[in-house]
Amino acid sequence: MGKWKTFYLIPYGLWLLLFVIAPVALIVYQSFVDVNGGFTLSNYQNFFGISAYLKMTFNSVVYACLITLVTLLISYPTAYFLSQMKHKQLWLMLIILPTWINILLKAYAFIGIFSGDGTVNHFLEFIGIGRQQILFTDLSFILVAAYIELPFMILPIFNALEEINPSLLSASRDLGASTFQTFRRVVFPLTLNGVKSGVQIVFIPALSLFMLTRLIGGNRVITLGTAVEENFLVTQNWGMGSTIGVVLIVAMALMMLLTGEKKKEGGHVQ
Amino acid sequence: MKKGTFLRWRNVYLVTAFLVMYLPIFYLIFYSFNSGGDMNRFTGFTWENYSAVFEDSRLMLIVVDTFLVAFLSALLAAIIGTCGALGIYYMKRRQMRTLFLSLNNILLVSPDVIIGASFLIFLTILGIRLGFTSVMLSHIAFSIPIVVLMVLPKLQEMNPSLIQAAKDLGANQWTTLTKVILPFITPGIIAGYFMAFTYSLDDFAVTFFVTGNGFSTLSVEIYSRARQGISLDINALSALMFLFSLLLVVGYYFISHEKKVESTKKRKEDRVAEKKAVETL
Repeated sequence: MGKWKTFYLIPYGLWLLLFVIAPVALIVYQSFVDVNGGFTLSNYQNFFGISAYLKMTFNSVVYACLITLVTLLISYPTAYFLSQMKHKQLWLMLIILPTWINILLKAYAFIGIFSGDGTVNHFLEFIGIGRQQILFTDLSFILVAAYIELPFMILPIFNALEEINPSLLSASRDLGASTFQTFRRVVFPLTLNGVKSGVQIVFIPALSLFMLTRLIGGNRVITLGTAVEENFLVTQNWGMGSTIGVVLIVAMALMMLLTGEKKKEGGHVQ
Repeated sequence: MKKGTFLRWRNVYLVTAFLVMYLPIFYLIFYSFNSGGDMNRFTGFTWENYSAVFEDSRLMLIVVDTFLVAFLSALLAAIIGTCGALGIYYMKRRQMRTLFLSLNNILLVSPDVIIGASFLIFLTILGIRLGFTSVMLSHIAFSIPIVVLMVLPKLQEMNPSLIQAAKDLGANQWTTLTKVILPFITPGIIAGYFMAFTYSLDDFAVTFFVTGNGFSTLSVEIYSRARQGISLDINALSALMFLFSLLLVVGYYFISHEKKVESTKKRKEDRVAEKKAVETL
């Protein structure tokens, strides 16, 4: 009996050791290695000493906050209205379905939509505003990132709304509360956990997206993720890349602690 | 009256959200039939972009590679992940179980760049040449945790007395596993396989880090083409991929539903057979 149980754990344990623990340990180790392979603290000194890095980190956090905020502002009403529909599960599935389409294709579509001679500009011209530079701006980066993250915010909020006991709503109505009061005092506080897990699921990828900054954001290094990619694949400075990676991991851990408590798995279509 | 306007705004909002979600995909598909060569003005209908995709032998090879990696990595991830779920299920100590589960979730919550960068360091240290093998290993690795999360609830749903009953009826470990446990958790394994498959198909960031010069998957190829600007071949390709994802989703719902019906039916049949066996004894 005991033998069988250890047998199950052999392939899985090997995976944990080789592809979870070892890589994390290696990225921490690599962050203390200089270009010649010796031990150094200079990567961290550079990161915290050079204002360009700190400014980039600050900007990355600001962008991530904005993306999360935009996503939340669009997702909450969507989830709320969806939960009131008749065939809500079907509607939810339909609205989540585009998640299954390759993220790069979506980004590619926006290159066309936002381009100088693209659909949005045709529309702006039509209503008399005139052409604007949209592609390769911060605005386009935030909008496309929010678009991609939408389903991951809608799902947990929708689930939280579904968990609310309907008799609470009846009770609130019976006690004379208006629809708005019921929403503010009963529904919203009860969905805060869903909002929290949504924020958690959206914020970290928003910090680390790199292909969007390349394709939509105009090839600038404006997020921590792009900086990691730049150092690993372009300038081949793995030590500095790992250091930024470690900062990203720490940011992730902080985020988890802040929004922690009971974490729910709401990030993927089931 | 007030309620009516509210309902109308609600529907307007939802329809808008709906259109926005689907806009990029249909935009791509619409222009994939454009003979004009860009995504700005529709000048005429053509199938040219589609035939260009099928004539591009390099692209076709990449499609085959992408699907090969997805099929194989999902299969191996499903096997290892199921083992992991069984291992975690059998753990007696609660702390051990929590520890393993948190380690399991690390790859699920880590940003793609971190997974990609750390795998790149690891594979380089192991001396594995970047290419098919490195992409394959990475895809197996990041798909395993989702399989565990899909299979484990099924195991917990299972009535433990089923295993006890099998043992009492003289079944050995292997028979119990193949005749009792595996049939029960099959829907979970299939769900895990599908998730792993789509993860692999969709992944860009991790593959981008660990793929060398000679090997490419669809996502990486689209990225490098998109950086050079717009080419309607990509539109045609995206239309085909959209159709495929639709088929995959429909197939997934179909299979998971079918399995559910089948397994309850089968369980009933098993119960009858069990009863008969006991009676004849």
